[in-house]
Amino acid sequence: MIQDKGFGNRLFDIIVTLLLALLGIACLLPLLNVLALSFSSKQAAVSGKVSFFPVDFTLDTYAYLLKEQRFFDAFFVSVRRVLLGGAINLVLTLLMAYPLSLESRVFPSRNRYMWFVVFTMLFAGGTVPWYFTINAVGIMDTIWALVLPGAVPVFNVILVMNYFRNLPRGIRESAEIDGVNALQMLIKIYIPISMPVIATVTLFSVVNHWNSFFDGMLLINTPEKIPLQTYIQALTIKAPSAMQSGNLTAAQVAERMAQRTFNAGKIVVSTIPILIIYPLLQRYFVSGITLGSVKE
Amino acid sequence: MKAPVIRPKRKVHTMPYHLMLLPGVIILVTFSIIPILGNVIAFQDFIPTLGIAGSEWVGLENFQFMFQLTDTALIFRNTLVIAVGKIVFTTITAIMFSILLHECQFRRFSRVTQTITYLPHFLSWVILATIFRDMFDMNGIVNQFLTGAGIISEPFVFLGSNSTFQPVVIFTDVWKEFGYQAVIFISALSAVNTELYEAASIDGAGRLRRIWHITLPGIRTTIALVFVLALGNILNAGFDQIYNLYSPIVYQTGDIIDTYVYRVGFNDLQFSLATAVGTIKSVTSFILIILSYTVAYKFANYRIF
Repeated sequence: MIQDKGFGNRLFDIIVTLLLALLGIACLLPLLNVLALSFSSKQAAVSGKVSFFPVDFTLDTYAYLLKEQRFFDAFFVSVRRVLLGGAINLVLTLLMAYPLSLESRVFPSRNRYMWFVVFTMLFAGGTVPWYFTINAVGIMDTIWALVLPGAVPVFNVILVMNYFRNLPRGIRESAEIDGVNALQMLIKIYIPISMPVIATVTLFSVVNHWNSFFDGMLLINTPEKIPLQTYIQALTIKAPSAMQSGNLTAAQVAERMAQRTFNAGKIVVSTIPILIIYPLLQRYFVSGITLGSVKE
Repeated sequence: MKAPVIRPKRKVHTMPYHLMLLPGVIILVTFSIIPILGNVIAFQDFIPTLGIAGSEWVGLENFQFMFQLTDTALIFRNTLVIAVGKIVFTTITAIMFSILLHECQFRRFSRVTQTITYLPHFLSWVILATIFRDMFDMNGIVNQFLTGAGIISEPFVFLGSNSTFQPVVIFTDVWKEFGYQAVIFISALSAVNTELYEAASIDGAGRLRRIWHITLPGIRTTIALVFVLALGNILNAGFDQIYNLYSPIVYQTGDIIDTYVYRVGFNDLQFSLATAVGTIKSVTSFILIILSYTVAYKFANYRIF
């Protein structure tokens, strides 16, 4: 009977492991497919021979990509927006999180500000008025249109604020007695002991800036200023869809299919930055995933 | 050096705090509050060159027109079906996945699996839609597999057919988000009292029975909380995903509020109608979020700040 139980237990372990392996593989397969396509020859891709391993291994796609100036333009627009937007996000997040983390005994207006900030998070303005507001501000078709409208990531502000609130209160009080002012308190005392949450929100805003395509599509007209995701979207989704609506000639179909490997290459290159910061990301983000918390 | 000034204890100088908040407040007023106020163009026949001041006020005309359109009922229905489908299936998959991880005896294997499963969350829908459009294409890998295995005889256009568009959208979203969603349940599971498991195995309960009688009840509050908070999202079917996966052929099942607002506003240039539809959505979502937060606070003492 004990043996029987042992067997059942082992069987259970095997089933659990298999199911987990299956889910893990399922998450990787689409990415492996695109990676395999990017390293395969055009002919193999067009004839649908490529699954998860490269067929007729070649670096042609990447050689071609290196000569594609527009792709690199877009890539560096995205890099610039990540650096500029990420920096602005972080500065504003910290500047807001500190006063908001104070008790209303210390900062009586705190609750009023808090409701205001949360309200802007919960009530969505609507795309049309948002567009005309940005137009009126006069930043259309500049990089500022990609970084200023989202300059205050309210979700991040609340994460950092909650983190600050959980720090021992004595830290602030003893520093205050030493005559430290508000800004010094934030920079010299709060920031150094809050690196995990700062890493989390920085990574969130970097990923967010890297991944957005909608603002680039709506707010940027000059081709050289278009960020990477918008560029890829126009190339791999908008253009083929436009072709789909009419009847395709055989040549057009062939043309579209031939783009497969190039598109795959672009996808792979644009994913590399995310993969590079991923180890960092997954070390920190767990602490930051839940916005609210269940207070005992 | 300045001599320390001794102040009465309660007297606090709050000016620095207001100044620290000022830049953020200016940004939020400009790019959140003004657009919210800008929703008044839903009550106008808004013409951009005339501006809000110069455009004609039409009262509720846009809303009346909106409710006469057959599209309206359709996009609200599609939005609800897709959003609810995503919430339900993602949450269930995430719960099952987190229980599997919890049961897994091999620490390193379960850590690697977890790392892989939340990778898709950090990839953009532009990237993923490009991949999925290719995979679900006529000669994509899905059709190769299904015809090869004899499950279907002819290649099928999954994203170009009204019978399969919604399921594919829900399925690919579950694929992208279940690993990330699971994080919440994994941390809830780590808080379940291990003594209960020991007691149960002494009583002779098998692993499945322990999952059913200890694990699931142990994370009951978290499960309920996740569903309650999801209420605020039932009008968010996911613009980025749908916009990059749909085509006119599947508008009937795939067009959602957000994609409709975008097309009516920026393709057809009917700014006031688009804003009217968007306003209905914003107001409804806002009420639902407040409702869900209230419920979550009442039964689980959940607070975002």
